[in-house]
Amino acid sequence: MSETPKKRATSLRQSERWNASFLSTLGRFTALIVVFLFFAILVEGGKFYSPRNLENILRQSAVYATASLGMTMVIIAAGIDLSIGSIIALSLVTVAWILDYHYLVPTADGGMETVYLIRVYPVVLPWIALLAGIGVGTLAGFVNGVTIVRLRLVPFIVTLGTMGIFRGLAKGLAEEKDIYPHEDTWLTQLMDPTLTSQDVHWRMWILPPGVWILIAAAIFAAVLLRYTRLGRYMYAIGSNEETARLCGVPVGRVKVVTYTLAGFFGGLAGLMQFSFIGGIGQPTSAVAYELFVIAAVVIGGGSLMGGQGSILGSVIGALIITILYMGGQQMGWPKWVQEAVIGVIIIAAVVIDRLRQQKTG
Amino acid sequence: MVRPKITPIAASLTPSVEVPRLRMDGICKRFGATIALENVSLEVLPGEVHALVGENGAGKSTLMKILSGAIPPDRGTMWLDGEPFAPLHPLDARRHGIAMIYQELSLAPHLSVMENILLGMEPHRGGFIRWGQMKRRAEEALSQLGLSDLPLSVPVRALPPGLQQMVEIARALVTQARVVVLDEPTSSLTQDDVVRLFDLVKRLRERGLSVIYISHFLEEVKQISDRFTVLRDGHSVGTGSTASTPVDQIVRMMVGREITELYPRRTRTRGEVVLEIRGLTGIDKPRDVSLTLHRGEIVGIAGLIGSGRTELLRAIFGLQPITQGLVRVGVLSGWADPGKRWRQGVGFVSEDRKREGLAMGLSISANMTLPRLDYLGPWGLILPSRERQMAERWIQSLAIKCQGPGQPVWALSGGTQQKVALSRLLYANVDVLILDEPTRGIDVGSKAQIYRLIAQAAEGSPEYGTRPRAVLMVSSYLPELLGLCDRIAVMYRGQLVACAPVGDWTEHKLMLAATGQTSELAEHQ
Repeated sequence: MSETPKKRATSLRQSERWNASFLSTLGRFTALIVVFLFFAILVEGGKFYSPRNLENILRQSAVYATASLGMTMVIIAAGIDLSIGSIIALSLVTVAWILDYHYLVPTADGGMETVYLIRVYPVVLPWIALLAGIGVGTLAGFVNGVTIVRLRLVPFIVTLGTMGIFRGLAKGLAEEKDIYPHEDTWLTQLMDPTLTSQDVHWRMWILPPGVWILIAAAIFAAVLLRYTRLGRYMYAIGSNEETARLCGVPVGRVKVVTYTLAGFFGGLAGLMQFSFIGGIGQPTSAVAYELFVIAAVVIGGGSLMGGQGSILGSVIGALIITILYMGGQQMGWPKWVQEAVIGVIIIAAVVIDRLRQQKTG
Repeated sequence: MVRPKITPIAASLTPSVEVPRLRMDGICKRFGATIALENVSLEVLPGEVHALVGENGAGKSTLMKILSGAIPPDRGTMWLDGEPFAPLHPLDARRHGIAMIYQELSLAPHLSVMENILLGMEPHRGGFIRWGQMKRRAEEALSQLGLSDLPLSVPVRALPPGLQQMVEIARALVTQARVVVLDEPTSSLTQDDVVRLFDLVKRLRERGLSVIYISHFLEEVKQISDRFTVLRDGHSVGTGSTASTPVDQIVRMMVGREITELYPRRTRTRGEVVLEIRGLTGIDKPRDVSLTLHRGEIVGIAGLIGSGRTELLRAIFGLQPITQGLVRVGVLSGWADPGKRWRQGVGFVSEDRKREGLAMGLSISANMTLPRLDYLGPWGLILPSRERQMAERWIQSLAIKCQGPGQPVWALSGGTQQKVALSRLLYANVDVLILDEPTRGIDVGSKAQIYRLIAQAAEGSPEYGTRPRAVLMVSSYLPELLGLCDRIAVMYRGQLVACAPVGDWTEHKLMLAATGQTSELAEHQ
């Protein structure tokens, strides 16, 4: 007798809870649409929702969003990675450096001839560059993780340091110049517009390949966080590291893996950025991206205290930031206004989140 | 009952003895569909220590939150010294003289004792602190409380928790509090500090302040309070003079039923050795401890705080380093980290639920399944359906009161949280349960349930097809050790000084052993 109403109450509350998480995603989606409509209406001549501009929004936000996947994991595990912008730069410079690799060989007539590796291995070399770009990012993340765990330092300090180190390495590798690879390869085209392209075959992609990569990576990251032991460990460490340790979670190892994954996604974002800026190895690229990426995660519901955050939220956050940025540009806002507006949005997002949690909690 | 003599220091604070210091009348509060308080009344006289008792979830903290202005009541009125009192926010209540002293201390750890006492009311001239006057006022407050020996310029984080609490009480005095609320003040105190605290509470009473004293320890309530009010399920069910009411009558009011058997009867048979410790030595504590634990028995460890009880448990479980000695689980020997221990079949419940025991932000099921996620799917995957099914099974068999496996742990009461911490061990299906203060800070009703669970775990339950397990538990509460355990060992200064069947022990003997008076102990035996 007493069982039935109790059970009904239970399931009712559960559906309420489900609704709460659904609503928070819905709320972010609504915010995204509102921000978009705002610029769509205000930017003259409907330029903002032209196919070209929509595609540009996607292309730019794909870089932020890809990097934010790893940052979401790091922030869920109560860490921070300030070096992500430098990792992106290091990765893209590595790609350019390999594509541009050349050496001199003596010719029969006694002179010297420059040989470009890309000419010798036109098929293999782009793949090597791709792997090296991602590999360098992953390695950089691994260095972050090991330093944090082994030296027992605060992630903020370590990644503040490596932010300088990785940027320095990128500049060193590029000899403080932009690297212009000798030839364009498909790596250059990774982020090329598709729908607005003249090329019929290219249009078949519908979205730029880089965006497809983002979608695949986001699904991978979301599944990892939600349905694997590793993902659960990240949440546990972020929520309460002591509890995680007590429950036998290999805390150090999980942290290393988390930062390594952040580096991996950073490397991936580096590939995209390489293409996005036109296939050049610019060591000063992606400066201050760490702030956009962290902001995307926070707007997406991530808590810097750890234990909270979602992939879908972060991707929406990256889109919101990009729209604000590009919309502001197209409205002819001065740069300082754009920056201030993004700042206001970050704070507002967190405040709204807290108000909402107080209501449901 | 003898009403304590009231010596009004500030006449304005006590206009008349007849007017109650605080009256809360017909207070109602709902949270959504839950009724937290229904028509609750509380009356506290000037110069009175009034105990507020009730099980966890009875509404004590909600009532105190209303008093402190943290939340508004839905209905009901409050009077402070005959004046209507409706605080808008906590600061407003503080200005009216309501001082809350919580379990979690609210001091600024890096600031000095003096700065903390006068925090927010520093004497100043044009923004510059007048240190001389500040020192004088802090000294004055401390001397009024008989705490003149407390160093003024030491940062409070350097003080033991007991003294930190005294600093907080001194702050209440300086802020001219009229009502001081002490919420579970003794839960983290040593015996000496408790004596000091009681002395302090008496001084507050002598100065005409009213003290609302919230505690689970009825012995304390009996000892310190003049009158009491009992809350149960959001109702005030009774009030009376402490001196003339027997403890078991208060307990009856609290639980609304007779707790016929607080400690379950023992029907256990000892099996093989599952845990063997030989000459175990840590960095500082424990020192050279040897102990064997059999399947189907509960072994208790008594001892004062700082005697090395917790360190012993943590060293066994791999949370603290071992410098010498041997821990053998079944046939496996050697030091192991917690991850290995769980896989060997050893589980641990921490004494500090909030800081270490549970991840408060995560759900019940996430907390429960964390040590053995490998039960939830192959290849490092977590199958949500299996997680849910597992969590629901233990929620049901432990009668964990919740809205479902997905509810975050912070939303549960202390007793329910403790059940979640315990469910982790049963879910992981361990052979050895290591429990550090398993009933700290939970109410009588929940305690009885926890005792039953521990006993069931040791006995094994044919109903769920579980075999008998071994339990090693540390407790500061001697009746609990005597009521529950088969054997009790006592630690003193890092060493295990005595281990004997429970029949050989009394509270008195345990205390003698715990304080190192072994010679006297020998005389008793």
